[in-house]
Amino acid sequence: MSEFLTIMLSTFDATIRVSTPLILCAMAGLFSERSGIVDIGLEGKMLAGAFAAAAVASVTGSAWLGLLGAIGVAISMSLLHGFACITHKGNQVVSGLAINILASGLTVTLGIAWFHQGGQTPLLSGDARFLSIDLPGALAVENVPVLGAIYSQLISGHNALVYLAFITVPVTWWVVYQTRFGLRLRAVGENPQAVDTAGISVFWLRYRAVICAGLLCGIAGAYLSTAQNASFIREMSAGKGYIALAALIFGKWRPKTALLACLLFGFLEALTVRLEGVPLPLIGEVPAQLMQALPYILTVILLAGFIGKATAPKAIGIPYSKER
Amino acid sequence: MKRQLIMLTAAVSIASSAMAAELKPAVVFDMGGKFDKSFNQGVYEGVEQFRNETGIKYREFEVTNPSQREQAIRKMAQRKSNPVLAIGFAQATALEKVAKDFPETKFSIIDAVVDLPNVQSIVFKEHEGSFLVGLLAAMKSESKAVSFIGGMDIPLIRRFNCGFAQGAKYAVKDIKVISNMTGSTPSAWNDPVKGGELARSQFDRGSDVVFAAAGGTGIGVYQAAKDAGKFAIGVDSNQNHIHPGTMLTSMIKRVNVAAYNTFKGVQDDTWKAGFNVLGLAEGGVAWAYDEHNKALITAEMKAAVDQAKADIIAGKIVVHDYMSDSKCPSL
Repeated sequence: MSEFLTIMLSTFDATIRVSTPLILCAMAGLFSERSGIVDIGLEGKMLAGAFAAAAVASVTGSAWLGLLGAIGVAISMSLLHGFACITHKGNQVVSGLAINILASGLTVTLGIAWFHQGGQTPLLSGDARFLSIDLPGALAVENVPVLGAIYSQLISGHNALVYLAFITVPVTWWVVYQTRFGLRLRAVGENPQAVDTAGISVFWLRYRAVICAGLLCGIAGAYLSTAQNASFIREMSAGKGYIALAALIFGKWRPKTALLACLLFGFLEALTVRLEGVPLPLIGEVPAQLMQALPYILTVILLAGFIGKATAPKAIGIPYSKER
Repeated sequence: MKRQLIMLTAAVSIASSAMAAELKPAVVFDMGGKFDKSFNQGVYEGVEQFRNETGIKYREFEVTNPSQREQAIRKMAQRKSNPVLAIGFAQATALEKVAKDFPETKFSIIDAVVDLPNVQSIVFKEHEGSFLVGLLAAMKSESKAVSFIGGMDIPLIRRFNCGFAQGAKYAVKDIKVISNMTGSTPSAWNDPVKGGELARSQFDRGSDVVFAAAGGTGIGVYQAAKDAGKFAIGVDSNQNHIHPGTMLTSMIKRVNVAAYNTFKGVQDDTWKAGFNVLGLAEGGVAWAYDEHNKALITAEMKAAVDQAKADIIAGKIVVHDYMSDSKCPSL
């Protein structure tokens, strides 16, 4: 029983670590997409952020400056996306893909030019990384059965960005559903004409939405290179931006359900790593290939059977022009 | 006199240009890239040493996609590069095709066997080196559990795994050996995030020394070991310097020497086609002992590992080669 508990706890612990960038990116996508801007560039912004964070942190030795750098770079890429498809009414998917390609190439090129390590950045240590924090009282309650273990192993002992990611979700909910900005944000994604008629600038609102998205993508990127790992490695985002986008759609563009979708994807990934080569009761040892396919199989089943129709914001993907 | 001098200078210049034209070495790195701090980087260091010593430049290509391998090797041969050095087991099929089309070009391949009259195959007895680091890991472990993380699930990596397990069990009979592979595609060589997660899961299951034979994926494993205060063992290149204090040792494969010797051999005309098997006796594999891990290796451990090394060379210990029968009695 205690061994089972240990395995479950360590799996949930890994779930939290793996889901963090997904959650941040999904919330980023939520801001952008609820305002009517398709954000397929989450992946690229996260990757650029990861590079910026590792580069700044390795030069200055400060993880927090690295985080600022990541946010700055990700926001400027968001603004580029905004400039192309808000101001100039370009195709949002094309612009997003362009951002992904740009980030994938530019990070490696700059990495080679600056650090001469084949696109990697130097290994970071000490203050240049976000290290795990032990929450108060974690050691004291460690020996309390079940609850103590849950608190000291599962909740305590993560780095600052993990906690930040989980705080982001209620904050996003509050901003989108409880503030005037959020009301207008949702309105501009459903019916921009109405917002314009009310005398509110559609462009400025959408720009603010993509800036929010850039901010969160930057944090996700910094998490990848300065918290979860200790350097930037080319293509280190490895499709997480797309998975986050899928989780957002899975979660019907709502913060709480998107969070659950991110945790589900993270849990499946953590489970794959842990169950490989471990004999299960009744079934015996499961082949590694089946374990690796499990997340995809479950996603298909869940999408087909359990999740209802996902309705996108009405004006998503349509550039707004006053004349029409 | 003047005419003679002119003729002499002409002859010298022709000779020297012919010399320079003769040796145009090329190297094709594999997935993971030449800065993987491991296997490919070992080759890179070897060919760089050759360039620094002789001043002869070499052509290079880093494969980033499996379909590029044949194209890259063929391109090198077409551009009259000679010798062409291919890195990694995965380039064997591509090299075999190209080598048949260019019988005049000398090809060398590291980590694979291609049986052609113009190909030199350099392979290592990784199981022997892995045995030694397995023995060290078992002696260092306090939790009576050690673990292995492989890159792509291929027989070559299972050979590391098997040697490691045999070495660990040779030192401590009832030790637990946990094994994981990162994946079944070439991307498994460059996935440090997954490597770190695998290492953490092994630590949760009791392991306190982890050996990674996984190319660039290993960087994540070593980082996870450092963060968790456990020990890690590097591979291919001497990786002790990455995290002094938690890198117990490294299983060195002298790919740098192999790469250097290939170029040098062609230059000195001592290069021969055929097989070249490098084990402990030939100094092709070794365990790393330097200023970074001196404090971690006790005198007792050093004596045991030196004894085991002598016994393997003398044939008293037979390390099982997974690739001979696709079985591992120690796992």
